[in-house]
Amino acid sequence: MTEINSVVEPVETSSKKFNIDTVENAAKTPDTDLPWAELGLKQNEFDEVVKVLGRRPTGAELAMYSVMWSEHCSYKSSKNHLRQFGDKVTDEMKKDMLVGIGENAGVTNLGDGWAVTFKIESHNSPSFVEPYQGAATGIGGIVRDIISMGARPMAVMDPLRFGAIDHPDTARVMHGAVAGIGGYGNSLGLPNIGGEMVFDAVYQGNPLVNALAVGVMRHEDIRLANASGKGNKVVLFGARTGGDGIGGASVLASESFDDTKPSKRPAVQVGDPFAEKVLIECCLELFKGSLVEGIQDLGAAGISCATSELASNGDGGMEVELTSVLLRDPTLTPGEILMSESQERMMAVVTPENIAAFETVMDKWAVEYSWLGEVTDTGRLIITWDGVVIVDVDPRTVAHDGPVYDRPYARPSWQDSVQADSFTGSVQDAGRPSAPAELAAAVTQLVASPNMCSKAWITNQYDRYVGGNTALAFPDDAGVVRVDEETGLGVALATDANGRYTYLDPYHGAQLALAEAYRNVATSGAVPMAVSDCLNFGSPEDPDVMWQLAEAIRGLSDACMVLGIPVTGGNVSLYNQTGATPIHPSPVVAVLGKLDDVARRTPSGWREDGQAIYLLGTTAAELDGSEWANMRGHLGGLPPKVDLAAERELGEILINASRDGMVDSAHDLSEGGLAAALVESSLRYGVGARIALQDVLDRDGVDLFTALFSESQGRAIVGVPRSEEVRFKDMCTARGFAHTRIGVVDAASGNLEINGVDTMSLDALREAHEATLPKYFG
Amino acid sequence: MTELPLIGEAIAVAAEPRLAGAKIGVVTFPGTLDDRDAARAVRLAGGTAVPLWHADTTLGDVDAVVIPGGFSYGDYLRAGAIARFAPLMSKIIDAANSDAKLPVLGICNGFQILTESHLLPGSMIKNDHLKFMCRDQVLRVENSNTAWTLDYEAGQEITVPLKNQDGQYIADEKILDALEAEGRVVFRYVGFNPNGSRRDIAGISNAAGNVVGLMPHPEHAVEVGFGPESLDGIGGSDTDGLGFFTSVLNKIVGGNK
Repeated sequence: MTEINSVVEPVETSSKKFNIDTVENAAKTPDTDLPWAELGLKQNEFDEVVKVLGRRPTGAELAMYSVMWSEHCSYKSSKNHLRQFGDKVTDEMKKDMLVGIGENAGVTNLGDGWAVTFKIESHNSPSFVEPYQGAATGIGGIVRDIISMGARPMAVMDPLRFGAIDHPDTARVMHGAVAGIGGYGNSLGLPNIGGEMVFDAVYQGNPLVNALAVGVMRHEDIRLANASGKGNKVVLFGARTGGDGIGGASVLASESFDDTKPSKRPAVQVGDPFAEKVLIECCLELFKGSLVEGIQDLGAAGISCATSELASNGDGGMEVELTSVLLRDPTLTPGEILMSESQERMMAVVTPENIAAFETVMDKWAVEYSWLGEVTDTGRLIITWDGVVIVDVDPRTVAHDGPVYDRPYARPSWQDSVQADSFTGSVQDAGRPSAPAELAAAVTQLVASPNMCSKAWITNQYDRYVGGNTALAFPDDAGVVRVDEETGLGVALATDANGRYTYLDPYHGAQLALAEAYRNVATSGAVPMAVSDCLNFGSPEDPDVMWQLAEAIRGLSDACMVLGIPVTGGNVSLYNQTGATPIHPSPVVAVLGKLDDVARRTPSGWREDGQAIYLLGTTAAELDGSEWANMRGHLGGLPPKVDLAAERELGEILINASRDGMVDSAHDLSEGGLAAALVESSLRYGVGARIALQDVLDRDGVDLFTALFSESQGRAIVGVPRSEEVRFKDMCTARGFAHTRIGVVDAASGNLEINGVDTMSLDALREAHEATLPKYFG
Repeated sequence: MTELPLIGEAIAVAAEPRLAGAKIGVVTFPGTLDDRDAARAVRLAGGTAVPLWHADTTLGDVDAVVIPGGFSYGDYLRAGAIARFAPLMSKIIDAANSDAKLPVLGICNGFQILTESHLLPGSMIKNDHLKFMCRDQVLRVENSNTAWTLDYEAGQEITVPLKNQDGQYIADEKILDALEAEGRVVFRYVGFNPNGSRRDIAGISNAAGNVVGLMPHPEHAVEVGFGPESLDGIGGSDTDGLGFFTSVLNKIVGGNK
């Protein structure tokens, strides 16, 4: 196939074109003005670079430090708080953790020699600027993180938050992001098994496009990003390096003599999913042959990041010749090459004995590669340009010893008044539905509302089948994929966040996100094992926002201790604000669980006529921050109460019930409360139910409206086969967990009947549920 | 012959030991996505799947070939337009047109490759709604005499997943009339035409019936727990697609109805 994928000859690059700022030159010219401020460094940070180097940096070094010490790469504002994820860890949490925070993605032991790795990241800002490519490359980046661990990617998920559904710009972002996720993800052969969709005006100028990927490997295949073994070779492979994603580095263009170079540099990277798909298969073949010692994907900060991280995590030294980098644009300067964020690239460390075998794999997949240099034991990262040294640094100072800030934070002055403004009794609460017809209209309105409506318009643009291992996907509570075809071993994943809850109370809001993801995973029958989080917040330089971030991290890390599951990785996205207005604090939490046999997973809907429907947990009047209050335009008060011990108990009930065949369906109660859950469980298979809530009302002391719309936590509805009812009830009783029989599955009626609410036909509910997104987005 | 990098290397126990000797080649191009699924479908139907690589210059001793879905070479040009020139494709074209009439099934991108290769008439253009669409699709088997549909009844309705961006089948009226007249419309969309295909055509065959192409994905409906019924639960079963593979396997060993 060389006719088709013929390898283009590398374009000649030469230092002759550039006025190279060498290390030697830098030492001689200490007073040269450098554009450090334009590159985003603060005075104190630049001074620190000079101190670390003992001289002024070269242009190339400045490029590296500026990008590696950015908020995005260094976590300088959040690092002090993120430590809690590593500090608050019990033995229980450590027992299955094979690789913790700090690597490209954490790795968890699944048993039978299998390991799983997963991670969630943000691609928010690029997805606002250029929604299609921003979202597409978000998938590409997270998938490469998974490959870097030695894993085969298995599935992706996308939590999405957009502006108001009826704002004219929302359709631009929504269409682009969904098409980008589909266009890229569908081309990789990875099923998209779930995610979230939220519309809220707070995300108008700052949509959140987060991407999660999960992969699996055998224990012996785990790869880490380090460069060890003096004399081992460093290779860059995959796509060529171009001018995309360089951003601020353009100020370094002064080092170029050539003023004819392309001037338009996209700030957003452009993805090539075919190149990524080939890269996946090619890397897996490398792993299979044990042909690489260390591997690192190129994402943010490109070669700067890959070389400094590989070197500092290994024996500490590396020498790289930058003119060996294959370029898409031969006019790139050394600084630009170091900063370029061109997609679909990987860097690996290969022993001399494996070079030939490595090249055979590259040639088979027609992947371009170039040998850049080798591992040394000098403790220095040395980068040359045509043999002249332009970077000579301690890689740790670039990759790990960036600035760390204790940003001032304080509880916002407005927090008390927001918390005092409860929905109950507010102007927006006037005319609360109570008559049967009003309640039926309210339920229908709820399931048609932007945040509660069917997401099929989105998910039908994603391939959920490819791979043949998808056991649950949208609209179930968690996505489930099989890992081992012989044993049925598999994993479940769910992501959740509630920006409104977290706005009302960041500490508990973050815990609620974790609790919901945990509950969703348990609902599918899986045992929760690990957490990855994507912390989307406004500017850390605003003490109000910094307090939200600090509280959310404290809340999450505390809750992880109680639930006994560790955070194994994640990402922080700050500065999500328009002017002085930040987004709602939005910690998106992903929980991964394990199923010994995916055949035992529990779907969210009922099917069998006559099965008993049980409500697990108790209901309080908790409408603040709810979808109902949101629909009425109210946001105030306190979010639902968190009871992590109850969540754990409920989780164990759901997991045991699934394992022992005591439930055929289970659906967690969260946004939209019992009303949303009853409708969704009925629509899942198009099978109705007859519901009577009097026992719940009597026991919990709430009215019918509250029972239906409250968002009290720690609840689920389950469908229990008649033959299992006694056993199921005994289990709940023995565990002292509240359980109430609220109805039966009614396959014949085609209706959802709730005592005290006008009968709702499933056809009408489905129509309302599914019409919303097509109405706005075509 | 290259090995598919199958994780777990799981091999399903042959359901029909008498079929295990029948070998079905599964082609992988760079950018192919559903090759593992197609190989699994062959195994679940009882046969032996043989991985074939686009650059191979021989078909070896396979008894039939499946060209699975995906985006061959990225399909940045018209879908299938480049794959048609792969070394292996010329072997497949020759074998399909030979007296031996090698059974060939093209699914999705495979169907696009078969039309680009002129093994089947017509072409696929972008869906009329311009979006990628993934859904469970009801199909009617119009012709149960092709190599890949012998185990179905004519008129039988089956549910299999559909997922594509460029799935709108078009051909000129003369070709469409000829296809209808010769019974070469093998599958038709029922209830909903998901992409604007002419005359609701989902799949067609060549005149001899050994080459069949369709846009929907029977290989995603071969295993209980992982098919349309389990994932979406709005009708059909999980295994309506298995008949494609049992049909050809039975034909190879001489055991069809």
